[in-house]
Amino acid sequence: MHELSIATSMIEMGCEEAARHQDSRVVALHLKLGPLSGVVKDALLFSYEIASSGTSLEGSRLVIEEVPVTVYCAICDTEQVVDSIQRMCCPECGALTPTIVHGRELEVTALELESIELQSEPVIETDVFASELTQ
Amino acid sequence: MTQTRLVEVRQNVLKQNDLLARRLRDQFVAAGVQVISLVSSPGAGKTMLLEKALTKLHEECRVAALVGDLATENDAARLARSHAPVKQIVTGTVCHLDAEMIERALADWDLNDLDVLFIENVGNLVCPSSYDLGEATRLVLMSVTEGEDKPLKYPTIFNTADVALITKIDLAGAVEFDLEAARQNIQSVRPGIKILEVSAKTGAGVAALLDLLRPQTVLAATTSNEPTLMGIEGF
Repeated sequence: MHELSIATSMIEMGCEEAARHQDSRVVALHLKLGPLSGVVKDALLFSYEIASSGTSLEGSRLVIEEVPVTVYCAICDTEQVVDSIQRMCCPECGALTPTIVHGRELEVTALELESIELQSEPVIETDVFASELTQ
Repeated sequence: MTQTRLVEVRQNVLKQNDLLARRLRDQFVAAGVQVISLVSSPGAGKTMLLEKALTKLHEECRVAALVGDLATENDAARLARSHAPVKQIVTGTVCHLDAEMIERALADWDLNDLDVLFIENVGNLVCPSSYDLGEATRLVLMSVTEGEDKPLKYPTIFNTADVALITKIDLAGAVEFDLEAARQNIQSVRPGIKILEVSAKTGAGVAALLDLLRPQTVLAATTSNEPTLMGIEGF
């Protein structure tokens, strides 16, 4: 179970980016996740809530885009999505395909932000400021 | 409702580890050290095989080992019997080694004094697959007592390896291990990978493994296998 340390790294990246957008609140962090990354989606979702607690990303959602495993088939000369990571072969011709194009992704792709200038209350501002101070 | 907007980040979460692993790999290459890591489930026979390999290679070249465990220094004590330099990395509660632990463990060793460095990872078939350690070759071990379908249950770790070892082969008959099925399963999750059968106890297959790991052959072996360690692929 290394998802908590992975989630902590993600939160650090998110906080770094969030600091550049002081007028906004982070609603969600978007992540690309491949099955060959070695990271389990459910464990990561669980860890995200813990890791984000007390940071500027507290209360935000983790939105995971699952990337299928894509291999390059030299025989068909095309990229193909494999049916199963238990069988790394071309779904067209059946040849075993060692060349992996996608599927190892573990990448923070974007932050989803919401402007806080209109409905912002001093309390929220103070909270954000305080949580930054304690980091 | 307030409108939301997306700000692009596009950063690999393991960027720090991968950058450090790349730097380590460059240092290993510059110093001419062949670095070989071992991953497997607990009890697959990493330490015993490593003890054999260290003892044999210590006679012919400058070899050393780093060994990771959650607790105890037992493995380092076992491996020290080979008379090769050995250092234990106790990870505490961490279930894998990462590049920073390797860098820290190597801080007081001069890489120029080494020809071969082994890194024995924590016994775990899940988490170590995410972390590049800067090694040139990753060996994944599965013992015959674990069952033929181990690669299908843990495809990710097998997919990051360059060579697969079927260990405790002397017990294959006793546990009615289906060697052909195991080979097919390994090839299915990692097409083209080199597979060796070994027994650290009887010595079967150990010579063939050492032939593969000797400094002059490691690079050739890994290039023919198209290593897919994350650092190399640019992840």
